[in-house]
Amino acid sequence: MSVDRRTLLKGLVVGGAAAAAGPAEASEARRPEAPPDAVGMLYDATLCIGCKTCVVACREANGLPPETPEWTEGLWDAPPGLDEYTKNIIQLYREGDEQSYVKHQCMHCLDPGCVNACMIGALQKRDFGIVTWESDRCIGCRYCQVACPFEVPKFEFHSANPKIVKCELCIHRIKEGKQPACCEVCPRGAIIYGTYDMLLEEAHRRIEASPDRYIQKVYGETDGGGTQVLYISHVPFEKLGFPQGLGDEPVGKMARDVQHGVYKGFIAPTVLYAVLAGVIWRNRRSAGEEESS
Amino acid sequence: MIHRAEPVGGPIINRFTSFLLGLVGISVILLIWRFAAGLGATTALNDGYPFGLWIAFEVVAGTALACGGYAVAILLYVFNKGEYHPLIRPALLTSALGYSMAAFAIIIDVGRPWFIYRIPIRVGQWNLNSPLLEVALCVMAYVGVLWIELAPAFLEKWKETGSGGLRRFAESGLRFFDKAMIWIVSLGILLPTMHQSSLGTVMLLGGPKLHKLWNTPLIPLLFLVSCIAMGYAVVIFESGVSGAVFGRPRHTAMLAKLSGAMVVVLALFLVIRFADLILRGRLGLMFHDWYSVLFWAEMALFAVPLVMLSNARRRQHFPTLFKAASLMLFAGILYRFDTYLVAFNPGRQWTYFPSLVEILVSVGVVSLEILLYIAIVKRYPILAGRATAPEKA
Repeated sequence: MSVDRRTLLKGLVVGGAAAAAGPAEASEARRPEAPPDAVGMLYDATLCIGCKTCVVACREANGLPPETPEWTEGLWDAPPGLDEYTKNIIQLYREGDEQSYVKHQCMHCLDPGCVNACMIGALQKRDFGIVTWESDRCIGCRYCQVACPFEVPKFEFHSANPKIVKCELCIHRIKEGKQPACCEVCPRGAIIYGTYDMLLEEAHRRIEASPDRYIQKVYGETDGGGTQVLYISHVPFEKLGFPQGLGDEPVGKMARDVQHGVYKGFIAPTVLYAVLAGVIWRNRRSAGEEESS
Repeated sequence: MIHRAEPVGGPIINRFTSFLLGLVGISVILLIWRFAAGLGATTALNDGYPFGLWIAFEVVAGTALACGGYAVAILLYVFNKGEYHPLIRPALLTSALGYSMAAFAIIIDVGRPWFIYRIPIRVGQWNLNSPLLEVALCVMAYVGVLWIELAPAFLEKWKETGSGGLRRFAESGLRFFDKAMIWIVSLGILLPTMHQSSLGTVMLLGGPKLHKLWNTPLIPLLFLVSCIAMGYAVVIFESGVSGAVFGRPRHTAMLAKLSGAMVVVLALFLVIRFADLILRGRLGLMFHDWYSVLFWAEMALFAVPLVMLSNARRRQHFPTLFKAASLMLFAGILYRFDTYLVAFNPGRQWTYFPSLVEILVSVGVVSLEILLYIAIVKRYPILAGRATAPEKA
């Protein structure tokens, strides 16, 4: 027998070592690139006046009901944050004299955690690099929610037949030649729509033109591997509700490196299966010989 | 020398099993409510904590507690330790039941379970980057493999007592099993190796939300190693309980040897855990805040059974063995709860503590598992019989 227990153990050890070394060795090509037809949005916190017109427009464009919590006596639409009825939100961050509004919606990552998580591709980057959800492929496992560092996908907990709710960049409007509803209605031009390349260039142009006005960073250029929605601001981004400790790597990268580093396609499991069968066959034969002798 | 497995016999319905049945009944009513009203009305799950008790306990901890069949099979078939043969059937039964309950928990936990069937059949849509897909496919396959591995227990009984058709089915089934045994058993070792490690990989996607003391690329290895230790511990635990309840031989000498294997695996786990944290410069986090306390509590639960069983002579003492195994199980469960819930922090605005419905349903699921275990060992040859006089503990 060429296959013996030692070979098997060696295989297991090599597999374990690959798991350990995976991230270092099997590292992928640099950072993810935007798809060639990528579109996105640029939000300029210095321009936003917090009027929430975009929140209302988002509801109308996406057929979402207003949220009227009890304390508003049923009169005002006052969602506390992104949730199963709200795909777009304006929030205020204030600390001492420093304050800023910030708009939150799906960031449409270049390499999204939710897409990495989704078992049969309900969430995928489809046309224009927009992350959309396909009902037909979703079993409601909510792993996308675990994987999204921006806490964007929401689940219809109120429903017995729940869906995932998230901004899809008004892809239905884009396909009609219009822009996302929030961008169309913003009276201050604080949120603008365009191709990804154009927006990235515009963000840098604004920062360079008025360096005193902005923090010297375009949020989303590299964060979490990069996002198709970009932000510029006069207050540090960590104060605007963006995740701490995200770094520049896509959240899915480590899991992919580990998984593919160990599995090597499907070679490792196949080899392990064959080795196991070989060892068990040999053990069984020797046991049989002992019994008959 | 070989202890032939025999049914325990006796009535299945007694005061204890009736009580269990009552708990299962409560769960059934609660689950009707859950499917009518949705997850929001019945659970404490929320957008920040989308995974709750059902996933962390029934699925993640539950399948690890169901690794007895896997862990004993490694010793029995790979390391060719034939002496462990009397342990394999009860281990396989707890595994088959544990994995079936985990599959059931997934069905009640996901929002749209009527689409689950699409996961195995839509091969062209498989996202091979998803650790959860790997877990889902492996667990589905492994539930089937476990019941097939256990099938001889049922077939043997039907061969002896079944009438005509059933007996012929049992005979041909046993013949098939004899031929295909190598391939089935290999699959029964391969599949848990794959998905128990991937259950760890799943949480790597939590990224910055998972605390740095738990977030490491070695998660899959740590999950795999600890599930094997839990597998041995659960076999010892189960022998203790079924020995006391059904008056079966306890095989103390054999379990003592088994605990020796557990000690090796446990030590390996602790070495990997600490080496990883030290080499990645996370020593400081071990003495930092509330999470550090949690970390040390976890480590203590792993270390105490290791110390208790490090002496070969003490392993011969069944009560020590039983206590150490119980602690080991707690350690493995806590490590999984921490990784999936406690060390997972989606932001200050989110909190999660399971609702009464989640807790009662979990109790019901465990009750059903125990109920089925009792029913099966009473009717089918699972536990080793009284062929030899019970050993003294």
